[in-house]
Amino acid sequence: MTEPQTQNGALVAIDGLKKYFPIRKGVLAREVARVHAVDDVTLSVAEGETLGLVGESGCGKSTLGRCIVRLLEPTAGDVVFDGKSIGHLKARTLRPLRREMQMIFQDPYASLNPRKRVGTIISDPMRIHGIGDRKERKRKVEELLETVGLSPEHYNRFPHEFSGGQRQRIGVARALALRPKLIVADEPVSALDVSIQAQMVNLLEQLQDEFRLTYVFIAHDLGVVRHVSDRIAVMYLGKLVELSPAEELYSRPIMPYTEALLSAVPVPDPDLADQRERIVLEGDVPSPINPPSGCRFHPRCRYATEVCSQIEPPLVDYGNGHLAACHHPLNVDRETLARVQASPAHTPEAADETALPRDPGKEVARPVPRPE
Amino acid sequence: MAEKLLEVKGLKVRFATEDGVVRAVDGVDFDLERGKVLGIVGESGSGKSVTAMTLLGLTRDKNTRFEGEVRYRDQELLSLPESRLRDVRGNEIAMIFQDPMTSLNPVYTVGDQIVEAITTHEQASKSEAKRRAVELLRQVGIPNAQTRVDDYPHQFSGGMRQRAMIAMALSCNPDILIADEPTTALDVTIQAQILELLDRLRADFDSAVILITHDLGVVAEVADEILVMYAGRIVERGGKRQVFYDPQHPYTWGLLGSIPRLDRPKPEKLHSIEGTPPSLINLPQGCKFRPRCPHAFEKCMEEPELKNRVESPGHFDRCWLSVEDKRRLRESTIAGEARVA
Repeated sequence: MTEPQTQNGALVAIDGLKKYFPIRKGVLAREVARVHAVDDVTLSVAEGETLGLVGESGCGKSTLGRCIVRLLEPTAGDVVFDGKSIGHLKARTLRPLRREMQMIFQDPYASLNPRKRVGTIISDPMRIHGIGDRKERKRKVEELLETVGLSPEHYNRFPHEFSGGQRQRIGVARALALRPKLIVADEPVSALDVSIQAQMVNLLEQLQDEFRLTYVFIAHDLGVVRHVSDRIAVMYLGKLVELSPAEELYSRPIMPYTEALLSAVPVPDPDLADQRERIVLEGDVPSPINPPSGCRFHPRCRYATEVCSQIEPPLVDYGNGHLAACHHPLNVDRETLARVQASPAHTPEAADETALPRDPGKEVARPVPRPE
Repeated sequence: MAEKLLEVKGLKVRFATEDGVVRAVDGVDFDLERGKVLGIVGESGSGKSVTAMTLLGLTRDKNTRFEGEVRYRDQELLSLPESRLRDVRGNEIAMIFQDPMTSLNPVYTVGDQIVEAITTHEQASKSEAKRRAVELLRQVGIPNAQTRVDDYPHQFSGGMRQRAMIAMALSCNPDILIADEPTTALDVTIQAQILELLDRLRADFDSAVILITHDLGVVAEVADEILVMYAGRIVERGGKRQVFYDPQHPYTWGLLGSIPRLDRPKPEKLHSIEGTPPSLINLPQGCKFRPRCPHAFEKCMEEPELKNRVESPGHFDRCWLSVEDKRRLRESTIAGEARVA
């Protein structure tokens, strides 16, 4: 298991990152509102680690991913990559760093240029960065094709000659071409059949060992993420709401949103599916233009009380690198609670205790900001 | 015994293309009873969508050849003239498509599109149809249906668009609802909502549902009977519990094994079905799954027929292995541990 939240040894450190998109109207293009896509997220990714980033559409996970590789410039906050602050670098100074971080995109049909041959698609990053001569690049591409499970004869083919899963492999080969340290994979398997998803997940894991890669793996489905991640971050409406070592998130989720996400994953077992109580989240993610007050999840949360609509819960460290932002944490026992409460900082007057989940063993924690 | 709505016998669909004849569907049989949910499962290119579209005559073309029989009540749909088929389509058999982003017309309001579906098939005034459209939107769980009915599709989220599609499909109280990957383009949370909705509507409207998906997890919740398709044929067919608890075909095992399971400890490695589905122009000899099957042996060069090999009736498969061998061999695959050599 990876050390939680240490700044040293971290390949990527995201610090108070915010990304707002302005909405402009009128002749003067005055800014009338802002989309709060990512709102004050702090986390770090250690070298060689896989961080899963999970949430529904519109929660800001892709925006965060794009800010990490600086396809987008953050509105506020910073991204430190390999010890260098890159949050606000100019394009020119950023360029040499682009080699170190690559991206795999969701849609294998849209992310490959249909008019270029596979060989060109994969070798272009090397050409742009001036690596090797033409012959050498060709040799490397053929090597890469083999690494990702395609055949070197595919060099001269066009993307339309491949199936979805094969195209995604081409996307992976392109990302690997520059031997990056970090790969941000934005829903790399969501567009694929279940059987092909498993192939991709296994391939990504194998490549991680082979090339000592660090992954940020973005997905909306907690099922796939479990297999690749060391740690998982759950986002909701631009906020980081839970961060946990992977297995722990599945055995004891703290945030009710995580609980609901877990219960939404279909179980391929008719009896179990009948037995288990499914928490169906009503409605959609609210608009990030005017996010709800207090805890942003409260309008859809079944444990929500008055305090949730007024006070935004801070991220609390419950030990073992498990952080969550909730007024009514689940699966927190008395001991952990006491420890959390013993820390010096205090929150505003907390929850209405009668409205809490009353399952035995699930005690009420009074959330306290993470000790600095 | 419930009323039998649909009977498909020996259905074959072939497309003539420049590269050769594509055998998209190659001998499919099934029945559908009122109030039941039939799940059709398979990878892309297994013929599941073509089967569904053929039922509605959506694959008719000068380059398409059909064989077999599709009987809906007392009509033969394959040979029904287009003008008569139009009365069935949308009215008695309705379809929900995979991508809610592209299957609604962006220049008409959602309400107009539902009203059109109603007035096409029934003698209803516009205001009456509109009233029903609002009621339908409310039934599928659109908040403020009264005002949202005048919204355009782009004002709806993905989940809401899929609900609107379902409302439109239900507008004429169809006997059969075909849902072609209705949740694939959606978030898991919205998928859960839509599945719940389909299940409820089946009860409320007393329709039969054909649910097409590539994910066995999805059908575990709602289906009564399951067809597993591969390369245009049914490789396994049975009740939900038979297919999940006593799967007979190695392809079904592979599908089961490749689902990441949250109800079990995490395996070292996910099982994956190696390779890709065969080209439908040049199908392999014998069992079509043979080239990807880890358990293939000499006999597999000959194609097995779909028949009942286990003790329980109504459970069919297309595999030469003996039932004992299957029960012994499948465990490791389904658990996701098997490393296929």
